[in-house]
Amino acid sequence: MATETMTINMGPQHPSTHGVLQLILELDGEIVVKATPHIGFLHRGTEKLSEHRTYHQVIPLTDRLDYLAPMSNNLGYVLAVEKLLGITDKIPERANTIRVIMAELTRIKSHLVWLATHALDIGAMTVFLYCFREREEIIDIYEKISGARMTSNYFRVGGLSEDLPEGLVDDIRKFTESMEGHLETYEGLLTGNKIWQKRTIDVGYISGEDAVDIGLSGPALRASGVDWDLRRDDPYCNYSDFDFEVPTRTEGDTFARYKVRLDEMRQSARIILQGLDKLKPGPILADCPQVCLPPKKDVVNTIEGLIHHFKIVTEGFKPEEGEIYVGIEAPKGELGYYLVSDGSPHPYRMKIRPPSFVNLQALPQMVEGVLLADVIATIGTLDIVLGEIDR
Amino acid sequence: MSKQVVEKLKGKFGASVLAEVEHRGETTVTVEAGEIVEICTYLRDDCGFNFLSDLCGVDYLGRTPRFEVVYNLYNISTKSRLRVKILVAEQDPRVDTVSGVWSTANWHERECWDLMGISFNNHPDLRRILLPEDWQGHPLRKDYPVQGPDREPYQGRLS
Repeated sequence: MATETMTINMGPQHPSTHGVLQLILELDGEIVVKATPHIGFLHRGTEKLSEHRTYHQVIPLTDRLDYLAPMSNNLGYVLAVEKLLGITDKIPERANTIRVIMAELTRIKSHLVWLATHALDIGAMTVFLYCFREREEIIDIYEKISGARMTSNYFRVGGLSEDLPEGLVDDIRKFTESMEGHLETYEGLLTGNKIWQKRTIDVGYISGEDAVDIGLSGPALRASGVDWDLRRDDPYCNYSDFDFEVPTRTEGDTFARYKVRLDEMRQSARIILQGLDKLKPGPILADCPQVCLPPKKDVVNTIEGLIHHFKIVTEGFKPEEGEIYVGIEAPKGELGYYLVSDGSPHPYRMKIRPPSFVNLQALPQMVEGVLLADVIATIGTLDIVLGEIDR
Repeated sequence: MSKQVVEKLKGKFGASVLAEVEHRGETTVTVEAGEIVEICTYLRDDCGFNFLSDLCGVDYLGRTPRFEVVYNLYNISTKSRLRVKILVAEQDPRVDTVSGVWSTANWHERECWDLMGISFNNHPDLRRILLPEDWQGHPLRKDYPVQGPDREPYQGRLS
């Protein structure tokens, strides 16, 4: 009997491709023979645009990469520019601690959307609604801090745009303390659930060696037994002052990645609470007048402040010639910025290393030979965001 | 740590190591483009750089040779970084692929081809990745206008 394979098109409008991802699947019955991802539908030319803007003007562009974790993108970028300028040591303690708190809130926010959509794809709708309820609280915190719910643009080269508004520390603490209970609720719905286990255990397996070779990073790598977290291994901000664990698993399947991310949210909550205890009054911007905008009260009250503000906004600052690479542990993996300066106020070249781009590359080898339904689970477990894949 | 690696690399490949720059505590070595695959294999197997963080092209318009391809490497066991660069000429820019050394280079090299127009010998699947297949030109080159081809330059201020 003659058999032939069937080629079907999945996306870019399919809800479970998490954005505008197109997959061309070659099927033998229900078994995937070959999967070819097509990306680029959301390409906005962020890297090209940044070459025509001053360093400060690039920060809002980075919000729009991984739009589920805008502050992590901001953080990676400002750390890269600070390294390029050589002012990493001058960032005040308070600014660093607030950065860590916000980065960890962002991690929880990003993981909540991952869990929500991943569970929804597999058929657990209740979890979706619960996760979005908690995410809303983080978005409210974002809004109080920066005025924006998603594109926060809160960090600045040298520190932060503003201090935390009054009473926000209590809001963050209240939310973070409630998180453990919420996580237990999600686990109560999923971890022991037979359907969830059938859909995730041994699905989308990748070995640690293959994962390193293909460039997986973040929770997806740690679920394959590779114990590597940039917050601990290459500390930035003041992560080295915090006490936290890096959850790892060895199974390398969808269930392991689920457990790793849930444990990461617990650790993030732990870091946030430590950060809130650490928080002491102090400056939020480095003492680098060539780089940082002056405080608002000087701008509106003194002519020197106004000139200072004007100069930095219109001319920007000029890092000396050189190139640097900074990688941070974003919620989805290693987010890297490679910056080249030619001594002008614009980045000569900015290359973003988006974790989702590299993680998506592993999809074909994870789904070839499995059932079509498992492709959905595997896309979900990789936690991709097309905003940063396409840039 | 990266200093010892550079010494090791010099000992093994000698004349192929063209330059070594230290900036903000990061080490960059420029090596001979023809030997990039051997050097990368050596760095992976004998120096432990098992993780290719990033690969990209940079266009230095006006310089000869015009392009650079930059490899940002990471060693997961010693937690150290190293940057390797090669120089690529403007005429027919092509280098050997390192996707046989780290599979992750596959998409990075496709992106470098797509946006920078540097092509890779022996690449398993060298197609455009972010732009449509029938796109003309390579947008990240410095002589490619930011507003796109065949359009009037933007009259407002960009910065």
